[in-house]
Amino acid sequence: MRAKDLLHPRPEGLYCPPGDFFIDPVRPVDRALITHGHSDHARSGHAHVMATRETLAIMGLRYGEDFCATTQEARLGDLVEIGGVKVSFFPAGHVLGSAQILLEHGGTRIVASGDYKRRRDPTCRPFEPVSCDVFITEATFGLPVFRHPPDTQEIARLLRSAEQFPERAHLVGAYALGKAQRVMKLIREAGYDKPIYIHGALQKLSAFYEREGVRLGDLQPATLEKGNKGDFAGAIVVGPPSAFADRWARRFPDPVSAFASGWMRIRQRAKQRGVELPLIISDHSDWDELTETIADTGASEVWVTHGREEALVRWCEINGIAAQPLHLVGYEDEAE
Amino acid sequence: MNRFAELLDRLVLTPSRNGKLKLLTDYFRDTEDPDRGLALAAITGDLAINAVKPAMLRALVEERMDPVLFRYSHDYVGDLAEAISLVWPTPTHLRPNRTPTLTEVVERLQTASRSDGPPIVARLLDQADTSARFAITKLVTGGLRIGVSARLAKQAAADLGGIDVDEVEEVWHGLKPPYVSLFAWVEGRGEKPEKADLALFRPVMLSTAVENNDLERLSPEDYAAEWKWDGIRVQVVSDGGVKRMYSRTGDDISPAFPDLMDAIRFDAALDGELLVRGADGGTGTFSDLQQRLNRKSVSAKVMEDYPVFVRAYDLLQDGAEDLRPLPFATRRARLETFLGGADPLRFDLSPLVAFSNWQEVDHLRRHPPHPVIEGVMLKRWSAPYMAGRAKGPWFKWKRDPYTVDAVLMYAQRGHGKRSSFYSDYTFGVWTGLEGAEELVPVGKAYFGFTDAELKQIDKYVRDHTVERFGPVRSVKADKESGLVLEVAFEGLNRSTRHKSGVAMRFPRISRLRWDKPPAEADRIEALQSLLDK
Repeated sequence: MRAKDLLHPRPEGLYCPPGDFFIDPVRPVDRALITHGHSDHARSGHAHVMATRETLAIMGLRYGEDFCATTQEARLGDLVEIGGVKVSFFPAGHVLGSAQILLEHGGTRIVASGDYKRRRDPTCRPFEPVSCDVFITEATFGLPVFRHPPDTQEIARLLRSAEQFPERAHLVGAYALGKAQRVMKLIREAGYDKPIYIHGALQKLSAFYEREGVRLGDLQPATLEKGNKGDFAGAIVVGPPSAFADRWARRFPDPVSAFASGWMRIRQRAKQRGVELPLIISDHSDWDELTETIADTGASEVWVTHGREEALVRWCEINGIAAQPLHLVGYEDEAE
Repeated sequence: MNRFAELLDRLVLTPSRNGKLKLLTDYFRDTEDPDRGLALAAITGDLAINAVKPAMLRALVEERMDPVLFRYSHDYVGDLAEAISLVWPTPTHLRPNRTPTLTEVVERLQTASRSDGPPIVARLLDQADTSARFAITKLVTGGLRIGVSARLAKQAAADLGGIDVDEVEEVWHGLKPPYVSLFAWVEGRGEKPEKADLALFRPVMLSTAVENNDLERLSPEDYAAEWKWDGIRVQVVSDGGVKRMYSRTGDDISPAFPDLMDAIRFDAALDGELLVRGADGGTGTFSDLQQRLNRKSVSAKVMEDYPVFVRAYDLLQDGAEDLRPLPFATRRARLETFLGGADPLRFDLSPLVAFSNWQEVDHLRRHPPHPVIEGVMLKRWSAPYMAGRAKGPWFKWKRDPYTVDAVLMYAQRGHGKRSSFYSDYTFGVWTGLEGAEELVPVGKAYFGFTDAELKQIDKYVRDHTVERFGPVRSVKADKESGLVLEVAFEGLNRSTRHKSGVAMRFPRISRLRWDKPPAEADRIEALQSLLDK
């Protein structure tokens, strides 16, 4: 069987004809397999959803328990047959519950990796390379300019700045699912034990992480009585990036705006967003991780989705691996 | 090296002046000699590294990676130094036990010859991390462009010891990197350095604006009036054969004005306004002068088309004599005599303007006789020449600004304290035939309004957003719906870079015209008519 007959893009998302299911569809479908809980991959309104227990729980938290008609828990490593296609989930190291999905049929193995990273993350299981014929990779940071530094170094810069400017609040923009909890966990690992203040949008998800055994320490809501700006002087406040661009941020005294994202590698990006303290912390693979992973899977063919497909395809060509961009639509890379 | 690299990283992204000062002062305090002095020199532009050019850097990268991948990367990042710092492949076996100091890096670069420059740079880049690579490539390509002026860096050094930055300026030109004696002095461990050099800069005397009741208590006979020329404030110094022209902040701008420098036949220090001779032989406009500004060197053709001259209004030094302690009346008389011996095509006298009462001055400043006059200066006859901006000795009284009613088109989020507000506004006026008018942007302003007004505009922007591009929102603006801003500005220049063909000088929001329908905002012709004045 040709790989294209086992999995190919449709407007709804990646479609598997023999199994009659979609992976991370962007429109409501009958049967969806979901790699992880970020809202561009995990949408509500499908009839049947299969995902890891954590991802199903996250979708329930975000969309309400009735986000789909029926659910099916995918246990990591277990083999399930859907319409003759063998399906199994493996950890992707992206956020809590994130998984790659392996499809086997007629002797062909395809791995749809969703989003993934290779480095240590104290809030989720590490990525496991799965050998396959076709590896589908994201390319959010698919350019040699993206090489993420060690996250401990970035957190150290944040803590140093909080010391240097004790009269200013440090606002850390971080994606509400995964990044925020990882940043807070790293702050704790660095020995910071004062309360961390969080935006309301982080509350439910952070509590969920706590229940899953990720200890985040003393988290306080970043609310205040009117006219009490001094309360947050020297404090670290974590919230979704959009909130810091919004009126919500006005409650803080002369804030230092920080943003935890792989995009912060590029100074102009940071400058444009008005970020004073860019923290290069990403839940996506950097260039070296992407190319290493392609090699690790032993895939003879690579399909590249959302991001800078061009450069990664070029790298595959140089290294004798067949590669093509998939041109999937509907996945955002801005918020990261 | 790492501390310098981190300093650059932070400075690039810190918008506020005070934030930058703190970063710099902390760095100077925590860093030892000679590293900190070399950092200061790099920022003030006094550090020369000649053996490596940007094209060599590109070649070095392309030896190390696929040129196509480098092109994608450079296109994406924009800045060459930054792209190189990010893509440079680090050979893991070469990672050193310790990072070199800034001093070691600078020494290796400065002693490199043209032929061994590239391998030396490559080795430094191999051993550095990303931030340090950025710093090294910036040092090599020259011109840090990190949003810090030489003046601000000197201010930070002066702040170490609570010393007035003007005192640092005075001795600056006698100092050389790494400025060990300067740091010793500001930290109270050494004597004030000698003004060793010839033709030094003298910190300039500045004026304050006339405010509401300033003049009521003052007698007109105590003051002289002059026109306020809209050129560039300069100080021309010639001392023992060394000739220099300085900007207001003490930057040496002589190299771009050889035509003027060649005409110096005196030993003195003059304070005046740099202007351009117009095609008619009279005083040219600020637009003409712009042809001569922000250049490192100048062609013969440009010098011929836009000859510069200095309109002198003060004499600070005459031969060996320092005139600054003398009253203005005496200096003025000395200046008039002095200019009799100077080349009249290059040095002329800023004339006094006669008046007998403040009402007359008010009328004069509102109706200046020439487009390059932007108001009136008032100088107390008895005042010595003092550095800084004391209130009383010198006043400026500008003509009223021009205003135009424009329509808000785009709003961009501000920085720092204003990062949650849409506080930078691009506005436009109407152009095109009747019935098919459209708005063309004519300028951008981010101040002039009160905090309360900022909140109102911010709300308006959020409620009337049509599209969003990153930090910018486009705002509904058509004949029926839109916010009219009264914009005040000091003048207009012709511009080939702007679609409207005009560029405003010093635009600010003077009034919010909630009452005015956008259809009644001004047309581009209203601005074009100002250009021809």
